[in-house]
Amino acid sequence: MSKYQVNNNGYYGRFGGQYVPEMLYPNVETLRHSYLDIINSDSFQKEYKELLKNYVGRPTPLTLAKRMSAEYNANIWLKREDCAHTGAHKINNAIGQILIARHMGKTRIIAETGAGQHGVATATVCAMFGMKCAVYMGEVDIERQAPNVARMKMLGAEVIPAVSGNMTLKDATNEALRDWISNPEDTFYLIGSVVGPHPYPDMVAKLQAIISEESKSQFREQSGGKDLPDYVVACIGGGSNAAGSFYYYLNDENVRLIAIEAAGLGLNSKDTAASISRGSEGIIHGSRTMLMQTDDGQIIEPYSISAGLDYPGVGPLHSFLSECGRETVLAATDQEALDAAIELTRLEGIIPALESAHALAGLRKLKLKKNDNVIVTISGRGDKDMATYMNRFNL
Amino acid sequence: MNRLDALLQQKDNLLSIYFTAGYPSLNDTMKILEGLNNAGADFVEIGMPFSDPLADGPVIQRASLDALNNGISIKKMFEQIRDMRRSITIPVVLMGYINPIMHFGMENFVSKCQAVGVDGLILPDLPWDEYVEKYKAMMDNASIRFIPLIAPQTPDDRVRHIDEKCDGFIYMVASAGITGKINTSEDYRTKYFNRIRNLKLRNKTLIGFGITDNAGYKHACQHASGAIVGTAFIKHIQEKGASAESINSFISRLKG
Repeated sequence: MSKYQVNNNGYYGRFGGQYVPEMLYPNVETLRHSYLDIINSDSFQKEYKELLKNYVGRPTPLTLAKRMSAEYNANIWLKREDCAHTGAHKINNAIGQILIARHMGKTRIIAETGAGQHGVATATVCAMFGMKCAVYMGEVDIERQAPNVARMKMLGAEVIPAVSGNMTLKDATNEALRDWISNPEDTFYLIGSVVGPHPYPDMVAKLQAIISEESKSQFREQSGGKDLPDYVVACIGGGSNAAGSFYYYLNDENVRLIAIEAAGLGLNSKDTAASISRGSEGIIHGSRTMLMQTDDGQIIEPYSISAGLDYPGVGPLHSFLSECGRETVLAATDQEALDAAIELTRLEGIIPALESAHALAGLRKLKLKKNDNVIVTISGRGDKDMATYMNRFNL
Repeated sequence: MNRLDALLQQKDNLLSIYFTAGYPSLNDTMKILEGLNNAGADFVEIGMPFSDPLADGPVIQRASLDALNNGISIKKMFEQIRDMRRSITIPVVLMGYINPIMHFGMENFVSKCQAVGVDGLILPDLPWDEYVEKYKAMMDNASIRFIPLIAPQTPDDRVRHIDEKCDGFIYMVASAGITGKINTSEDYRTKYFNRIRNLKLRNKTLIGFGITDNAGYKHACQHASGAIVGTAFIKHIQEKGASAESINSFISRLKG
């Protein structure tokens, strides 16, 4: 897998690295030296897989969406991360990282969250293991995402408002990093996406890789003789569900990997979160990657209807895969995502998260041929987005 | 000769003051620089605002955001300090984050620094080894010193590794944390300062982060070649303004 894997210095091509203040160097180095040994150990794998099966409810189904298939004149398969405990793929990573944290003797967990899905996943695993948990969340997001804030509190986590900058996900990430700088000894930073300094992008990708590990064998079993799908489609903000959805197909060069960014009000508008399509190269939260910034290199607050996709950067793996052509990056607007959400709901009886709706909106942008097999990752369920759906669909 | 090298050779008990370019008003940069030069600061650090300053506490974050809203940029700052060497005799160090500098272009940035008479750079999120590999030669040629940070958690071998290729001084972050905040006891800090002193480094050290008063300055001078004060100064100009008198009173109170 080496061609698309991170190198020893933490880079995918020229993307990635460890751009952190010296105060974090010992922490990041310790993690760098131990994460592979831990992840590859039998004891970790046994516990991780056991929890994924009996706590998260994996494997999640691969559903052949029959009416969608008729609509698109191709075979549309849905990888159902919406069926995972807590309602999204985020839990896969949270379970893996908390096991790593415990292995390293850490006693306190911190996390950042935007829409609250990663915060809920982190609070969940902290409750399960009886560990102290602090979740940073932009003050603006706290107001927008009240149900998830309540879930985290009910799970026993402390939700700390990030009041710097624009008070959203990027600022919550800054605050979590500052907390880690201030509490380097007992604290583990449980990052929610394939972003941050090395080894986080690789570690999170490996912990989400279960998505494609499952879908690959499920597809073989269920497709009646086909070996591989023609397309794998996932939405991309930071890029963790896309990384997990693509991971085991990276070397299958005939499988087209499609990442759908959030175009917001349009790729040519100011209100967009399409970091690869519209951004430029820079350094954010410890890694070199594509990001939304001004000509002076100040980070721009992105916009999307989906709170899980409005991050100004993107994981360095995706910047690399996109640049070398292994991953095709497209974008869907708010409206296209809403249309796709109602379409899936009415055709298949599945209410997707707004993030996942972007992946579905990507289907119309592909030139699908009859009998093409397309796996779309439904990264989460739409419960958390009901307020938006109620408003936009007059429900 | 680089002014910072000369100062470090001649003097101990140094006091360096940090302030944010373009703050409180866009065109205050030179006024504050002159105020500090005349009030007897031994050298200064000019902060180049960034939207996402990871190593900074709330006070400097806020000042940075205000300065950006005022319209400061690296380009604008260089315009403001273009002729600073007509009036400023003390060493000047720029402090900032790597992303805006990358956008400005590192080569262009270093040559501008040289042209206006900047003596050193503190870029907390540029990793030491990347500096050595990619930028050290360029900065050496321009006679610009790159100032590395170390923290209580930095292991001895890492401190030595940094010391080996460092010219200028080593910035000792007083306690694990962000600017403006100390979250350890004086005993803990003294142990850390002594550990570093016992390494008998080639370079001098200065202590910063969380130093607010004369006692903090003196404690730093007992254990290192001096102190760096930032947050307390920003707070002072927020409360008392940035006039020459206000800056004088801050410096004399700190030096005692």
